[in-house]
Amino acid sequence: MKTDNQPIVQLRDIQFAWHRGLDPVLAIKEFSLSRGEHVFLKGSSGSGKTTLLNLIAAVLLPQKGSITIANQPLAELPRSKRDQFRVDHIGLVFQQFNLLPFLSVAENVQLSCRFSALRKSRACEAGLNLDQETDRLLSAMKLAPDEIRNRATSELSVGQQQRVAVARALIGRPPLIIADEPTSSLDSDSRQAFLDLLFSEVESAGSTLLFVSHDAALASSFDRCVDLQDINQSIIPTDLSGELQ
Amino acid sequence: MIGIAWKSLRNRWPTALLAVLAIAMSVALILTVEKIRRDARNSFTQTVSGTDLIVGARSGAVQLLLYSVFRIGSATNNISWESVEEISSRRAIDWVIPLSLGDSHAGFRVLGTSDAYFEHYRFGAKRALAFTEGVRFDDVFDAVIGSEVAAQLKYQVGDNIVVGHGTGNVALVEHEQQPFKISGILAPTGTPVDRAIHVSLQGIEAMHVDWRNGATVKGEGTSAEAIRDMDLQPTAVTALLIGLKSKGTVFREQRAINTYRAEPLLAILPGVALQELWGLVGVAEIALMIVSVMVVIAGLVNLMSVLLAGLNERRREMAVLRSVGARPEHVFVLLCIESTLLTFGGIVMGLLMHYILTAAGSLFLMQRFGLSVQLSLPQSTEIKILVSVAVAGLVAGMIPALQAYRKSLADGLSQKL
Repeated sequence: MKTDNQPIVQLRDIQFAWHRGLDPVLAIKEFSLSRGEHVFLKGSSGSGKTTLLNLIAAVLLPQKGSITIANQPLAELPRSKRDQFRVDHIGLVFQQFNLLPFLSVAENVQLSCRFSALRKSRACEAGLNLDQETDRLLSAMKLAPDEIRNRATSELSVGQQQRVAVARALIGRPPLIIADEPTSSLDSDSRQAFLDLLFSEVESAGSTLLFVSHDAALASSFDRCVDLQDINQSIIPTDLSGELQ
Repeated sequence: MIGIAWKSLRNRWPTALLAVLAIAMSVALILTVEKIRRDARNSFTQTVSGTDLIVGARSGAVQLLLYSVFRIGSATNNISWESVEEISSRRAIDWVIPLSLGDSHAGFRVLGTSDAYFEHYRFGAKRALAFTEGVRFDDVFDAVIGSEVAAQLKYQVGDNIVVGHGTGNVALVEHEQQPFKISGILAPTGTPVDRAIHVSLQGIEAMHVDWRNGATVKGEGTSAEAIRDMDLQPTAVTALLIGLKSKGTVFREQRAINTYRAEPLLAILPGVALQELWGLVGVAEIALMIVSVMVVIAGLVNLMSVLLAGLNERRREMAVLRSVGARPEHVFVLLCIESTLLTFGGIVMGLLMHYILTAAGSLFLMQRFGLSVQLSLPQSTEIKILVSVAVAGLVAGMIPALQAYRKSLADGLSQKL
């Protein structure tokens, strides 16, 4: 699968409006990600970024057009299969509050394996058990597994929390990692360090990275930079669609 | 999922504990109300077995039942000794137990009666009275005490006691001249017998030798020896318990006593009077039950509000769960598991509280009212109550769960707040 040249994400002629009859907040003619690509998607707040992410993650369906993720047209998936599809193929990192406060660090990292047998089996492919793989990912994210494994997430710094969130997104090597402003709660020094870690681990997992941020300063490290305003042909003013997010 | 639900609840333990407590208290209340209701009925029913008719001065059936058997309230009038002899001589009648009430000792009632009491009185499943120590009264100044009296006042056979007039805790006048001696202690029965001091009818008369018109005669009082030589034939008793030779004659005998010309008397069938009593008490029982059910509903509403209020703070949690592949159905189930855990926690804790309450309360009820409330495994009614609470808890939990389902469907991966 990894060798084919099909893009991992492909959006074609999609239009999305919150309600029937309203003007679409998103109208994208063409947007695709090749396998292994690291793409920076720039969008100011309220530009419809989160809506786009919800579309790619199969939470929302566009009224028009088609979205294909890992060769699977999302529109053809019944609703009950979409959540399964998401956990099988996509690792998500949010801006903040990624972790469940009542689970330990290790339990948070392994969360997606509870819902996806595919992720779980891939996590153990290298002959490690789930706990060993968790430790491996934590140390890859420069976190000391012995110290942190059983800690409550509330005891971690924001930077540590974000790295745990990346470990969770990476476990079981999903083909697509989506990071939604993961660095906005970090200071500029740790930002670059975080990005470096993210890149190297995404690379070793062989995943594709879609990194969404309003901070254009980060764009230089990526293979490609796309401005959402350039591809979105929607005529809705950004501040209005921002309200609807 | 259960693990996640449990850990999530543990993380919010103060609110979770309050919800559990609210349910626990309501469960404990409803169980205890039901328990006391049933045990009180049992206790009352157990007190009179084998007695066919109760006879007293004409008043209400319930009143007669209450003062003669349960020693609650007091008689308005007595039965003259002539009537007692007349009734005793009726051919259908097997035995007669005379009861003479109105005196007390340290808050316990003194009951004047005859040997027939030990011979014929039955309680529970037709059990006769038994002695743990000593024998029946023989002398005028002998007394047989119930097990509670012995336990509470730490009396033993051979002790001397002083009996007071009146039924209050503090007797108005104590008959100091006529000390009684304890001749026997009865085995526990779980009935008002345990709280009575039994003396002979002559003993009752002896106590009142120095009493004329409601006041003691001034002076030294009569000595016990002098009293023994007196004619102590009682002039009246408070009530009679009657056993018939054949149950078939019960209505005829009842009518005969009720239409007795020399004196206005009332004969009642204990079972019928008990039914009448339940009819009266039933209203209060239903009221209590309604209140208990309301409290249970309040507990469940609290559970719902705890879960609903938590939902807004937990939208991030739901979004995270959704991002790692949880379906809205999972979120629904998660909330259902939470409410189930809370409800079951409440039920278990409520049962525990109920048992502690019963254990603590039974002593008080026994000492105060002679009501026996025993610890017992949940009966079918209790199990029905518990199952209904559990089902109601599940239903109450569905509402926040449905709300969470809708929210997680609408919110998707966006983290509102």
